[in-house]
Amino acid sequence: MSDVVERTLSALPGLLGQQDPGAGPGGGPGRVSATSRLGGLIRSITALSSKHEEEKLIQQEQTNLKATVSAPTTTLRLMKECMVRLIYCEMLGYESSFGYIHAIKLAQQGNLLEKRVGYLAVSLFLHENHELLLLLVNTVVKDLQSTNLVEVCMALTVVSQIFPREMIPAVLPLIEDKLQHSKEIIRRKAVQALYKFYLIAPNQVQHIHDKFRKALCDRDVGVMAASLHIYLQMIKKNASGYKDLTESFVSILKQVVGGKLPIDFNYHSVPAPWLQIQLLRILGLLGKDDPRTSELMYDVLDESLRRAEINHNITYGLKALTYVIQQDPNLALQHQMTIIECLDHPDPIIKRETLELLYRITNGQNVTVIVQKMLDYLRQSKEEYTIINLTGKIAELVEKYAPDNEWFIQTMNAVFSVGGDVMHPDIPNNFLRLLAEGFDDEKEDEELRLYAVQSYLSLLEEEDTFYPQKFLQVMSWVLGEYSYLINDGDPEVIITRLHRLLKQTFVTSETKAWIMTAVTKMSSRMSCSKTVDKLIQEFSTSLDTCMRQYAFELKHLCENKELMKNLFPLDASCDEIMVDASLSFLDGFVAEGLSCGAAPYKPHHQRQEEKLSQEKALNFEPYGLSFTSNMSSSGFTGRQSPAGLSLGSDMSGNSAELGQKETNCLKLDGVRKLWGKEGYLPKKENKTGKEDKTQPVPQDSILTAHVVDPPLMQSEQQVVSLSEEEKEKQQLASTLFVGLGSNSTISLMGRADIITQKLKKKSKISETQNSEEASSFQNIATLPFSPLPDTTPNNKENFQGNEHLGLRKISLSSSEVLEASVSFETSQSVTEVGLDEQLSNCRLSTSSLFADSNIEVFQPPQNVPDIVANKAPLSLCLPEELAGHPHSEIVELCSSDILTVYWCKVWTDDCSRLVLFVANNSTSPLKTVNLVFESAEHFKIFESLSCHFPVIEAQSMESCQKCVQLEKVCTEGVLSGSISYHLDTDTHLEFSLTFSLSDFIRPMKMTTEDFGRLWLSFSNDVKQNLKMSPSQGSLSIALNALKQKLKLHIVEIIGNEGIAACRLLPSVPCLLHCRTHARTLALWFRSSCSALPDSLLYQCQKVMEEA
Amino acid sequence: MHLLHMLSPEQPRRRTTPTQPHPVILIHLPHALYPGREMASNTVVAPSVDRTCGPEAGLMRFMLLFSRQGKLRLQKWYLATSDKEKKKMVRELMQVVLARKPKMCSFLEWRDLKVVYKRYASLYFCCAIEGQDNELITLELIHRYVELLDKYFGSVCELDIIFNFEKAYFILDEFLMGGEIQDTSKKSVLKAIEQADLLQEEDESPRSVLEEMGLA
Repeated sequence: MSDVVERTLSALPGLLGQQDPGAGPGGGPGRVSATSRLGGLIRSITALSSKHEEEKLIQQEQTNLKATVSAPTTTLRLMKECMVRLIYCEMLGYESSFGYIHAIKLAQQGNLLEKRVGYLAVSLFLHENHELLLLLVNTVVKDLQSTNLVEVCMALTVVSQIFPREMIPAVLPLIEDKLQHSKEIIRRKAVQALYKFYLIAPNQVQHIHDKFRKALCDRDVGVMAASLHIYLQMIKKNASGYKDLTESFVSILKQVVGGKLPIDFNYHSVPAPWLQIQLLRILGLLGKDDPRTSELMYDVLDESLRRAEINHNITYGLKALTYVIQQDPNLALQHQMTIIECLDHPDPIIKRETLELLYRITNGQNVTVIVQKMLDYLRQSKEEYTIINLTGKIAELVEKYAPDNEWFIQTMNAVFSVGGDVMHPDIPNNFLRLLAEGFDDEKEDEELRLYAVQSYLSLLEEEDTFYPQKFLQVMSWVLGEYSYLINDGDPEVIITRLHRLLKQTFVTSETKAWIMTAVTKMSSRMSCSKTVDKLIQEFSTSLDTCMRQYAFELKHLCENKELMKNLFPLDASCDEIMVDASLSFLDGFVAEGLSCGAAPYKPHHQRQEEKLSQEKALNFEPYGLSFTSNMSSSGFTGRQSPAGLSLGSDMSGNSAELGQKETNCLKLDGVRKLWGKEGYLPKKENKTGKEDKTQPVPQDSILTAHVVDPPLMQSEQQVVSLSEEEKEKQQLASTLFVGLGSNSTISLMGRADIITQKLKKKSKISETQNSEEASSFQNIATLPFSPLPDTTPNNKENFQGNEHLGLRKISLSSSEVLEASVSFETSQSVTEVGLDEQLSNCRLSTSSLFADSNIEVFQPPQNVPDIVANKAPLSLCLPEELAGHPHSEIVELCSSDILTVYWCKVWTDDCSRLVLFVANNSTSPLKTVNLVFESAEHFKIFESLSCHFPVIEAQSMESCQKCVQLEKVCTEGVLSGSISYHLDTDTHLEFSLTFSLSDFIRPMKMTTEDFGRLWLSFSNDVKQNLKMSPSQGSLSIALNALKQKLKLHIVEIIGNEGIAACRLLPSVPCLLHCRTHARTLALWFRSSCSALPDSLLYQCQKVMEEA
Repeated sequence: MHLLHMLSPEQPRRRTTPTQPHPVILIHLPHALYPGREMASNTVVAPSVDRTCGPEAGLMRFMLLFSRQGKLRLQKWYLATSDKEKKKMVRELMQVVLARKPKMCSFLEWRDLKVVYKRYASLYFCCAIEGQDNELITLELIHRYVELLDKYFGSVCELDIIFNFEKAYFILDEFLMGGEIQDTSKKSVLKAIEQADLLQEEDESPRSVLEEMGLA
């Protein structure tokens, strides 16, 4: 077949020359003569033989096109032609940006046909964030109002392909009207466009939800099907809100399955399969965890299943099997020979799927075989994603099921050398943590470490072997920490090997730093060493400043062996290092400086801002006198001032920095040994709650042999003489599927639940740390910890600055950073200081800062979560320091016979606090009560996710507080967690509670001038008109309602316009401008954070609806 | 070389029978068609807003048509991607797909995406979808698109697509809108295209054509 194809293609140029391809059989309506200019272009390109010639030709073509499109005499008809050729050039990979603007022009000015090509070109050339797209908005608006159906269709199509998010309000009412259009194609496209809007800006279309219902009931199938997209998304967000529609969906599905649709919806005699799948997805979401709703569906599901044809595509089979064996591992046994065959399948995709399946059935007995298979595959694979994915899986399996030390180290060596520098950084980190923290058995730990040291030494013995950087880093850390375990070895030899590495060119400077640290650690245990001296000498003159510094440090340390021994204690990598992150010992120095008249420290952004405001000669204060005229200008032009734009991008830079925070930490960790609290524990703490579950009992080998045997024996009886190859396969099968017998207790659902020996052992450490944290937490919680209530959004930067500090060592003396930490006492620095004296200092300093700040006292929000709950007993009262703050009602969160948890929110000026009370209802004391929060997508909980109570006396109550911060803006989010305690048996209670955006909003006081300045500097804005009911009357009433509910600060009200400001904790400002006009309230939000205006708008809508 | 002649054996080509009159689909809403005030307040959803970065499940990421020689014939991106990235992805993906043998399966996991491809004669149709999406239905989607092309061009071949790629785009736009299926009925997709095409032939007086069709 392919021969024929090739022949056809080689004959193509000639063919094109001779005849018009449109003259073939059928001759559909769309055939265009190949003698057109496009045809000419295509023909000449096909005739070319080299890429270079093609480039030349296209360049020439582009020059011609450029001249043509920019000539004023070019007719639109010719322009259309040019556009098609431009599209072709772009498709070949040659950028033709000079034509973009002409594409927009064509869409604007052309007749129907030209417009069509213009719109197509625009949708192919531009993307939704392209700046030129704004020029298209007017055209789209015009076409949407056109009486010509085709124009409306084109406009709707382009809207649902690419449309700038901030321009949605301009077209939304027009599209809404189209939902009632008499033609179904228009209705369908309108629904689809609204779906697109729902995806990019859900709040802006939430007022049309009713109309979606109409679309769902549309008499046209296409419109109904289009509305399902929206429903799928909405139900995903909130299944409970749409339960009442279940029957409708079921009835639609029934009609689809029953063949009630027009025949042209059939696809190879299956009635509308896409529609069916969409409906099944929706029903799946609706019926989840809800037997009553599910019952409505059973009939139709049964029917759909019976009618569905089964497709045999092999990967799909494997995928299905992978899902199935999660439910029941025994099923894998029935298919073992198929799986073995798939392992040798020539298609790598199938192989990979098979490995995925094997990964699910791995246990302590088959781990070596499976991991070997995975490593084999890994060695052949070059694709980065595969390597990252597979190394992660191997490392996980190895960590869980390693049968012995030797195998463990060897396999990890293989992972490190193959995975190299692309694998996930967690892998080496976890490995080192495992080595460092060890298990219960001290002796076993030492054996493991010793084996690791020995294996690395032998690896380093060979000269000129290349190892990935990560692997070298792991080796040098282990050698530095544990080389003392070798009794008979000469440390001099090890240092010589490390020294040799330092001189290699392929070793990066980061790795060299690791190696130097290892050498430093080792030399602290030796009296003196020639190699070390030589090394110091060599690198004291190195061009690499870092290396030079290390060399000097080492030199000085070597002169004072006592100090050095103290600095590098043996096997102390897990010990906490106390760091005075606030650099309190420099307080005196700072105070002295201040008293001598030095200027107090100002953070970087503040300095910059001051500089900026001084430099500005232009008046940027539009909110004074020019207020009215400015705001009444047309709503469609978003941001006018170029200054505002540039500032805006500055602000948005913040979030990116924040994102980097984590990677920064990791890097710093690598250089120094910091396996402490901040590093990797958070993840582990999460798990502690789950680890109380039963552990899989290691299978008795006799038992499993018994289980595996029957199918094998059967096949042996059937085929007496098995070929050699088959025997091999069967052997492989028996090694792979060992331990999967019916008695196996392995739970394959979700790997995370499986508890392994190694993890189990680790949990002990984190528990002790939990308790430490919990006790220190009690102290911290009493502090009003507060970043400055700054008017700028840059506080995060300072947080980050401090974070860096915490990790750097005392030797730092950059005065800027230093002062930053003095003026900003974050909770973090407080934890680490941990001294009473420090605590009181902090309290003083923060409270004085507090007094200066201009925070309004606000009303407690009314929207206390309406959980139906028993009122808490009267004896519950808030801790003294929180009593003065507004708080929600104390309600029950969860309870058992023995224990009850109550909760409330406290809204302090600087954060939202969650106070939990744990009451012991029983008559005996409860021991080790652990309260753990799951890490939530939108929220961050300080200090840790857990709370630990060593003992709660009978009939008494303990409380704990957590500070909750909104990390990702959302209107409402759920925090869930669990509490576990031990009394006779382990008990586990789960709970969840809701926080809404308004919990994190505080008023922000400012003057009209400040408002004006800030307003211009923000680039993210959202506008919406709300209808006001007559009772809401004037602007001031409406604004007051918003002030009360949302804690806004009203800056000024002039006539029918008003401005207000608030901040999202800690200090992301959001500004609101509103105007009333004939029963509508026009709200206009601006903020430095892109998601905030949208969410606040939603909250406002809710408030206005309630009022 | 007609594309549809290359249909794989498990999907025999079946021509759908001519249309029947559309029966109207009936839906029974439990609480009347248009809910009253109290219902409306129940249906207020609290959506999270941070969705500016990308689409949710269900959306297709992109669709490519390329020849056996590695020439791109059509590309449609449903998620904003930089030109440089586009080129890189197209190049890499073509390499991966073209290197696969005829009997290998139509799905592959590539980067963080799932790629579904199918070869029709000398042309590869290739779609990228996201992790939780269904590959099989995407494969059928490709086939439906080929059927649409076939019906429109009348036994479509690669040359049709080369020379009339804008038509292929128009058909795709009627079939998939913003990465989501718009209409699976062959008839209505083609009807929409033909309406616009009629205008082409009677370029001079588009209004009167519309009136003839009873659209105006």
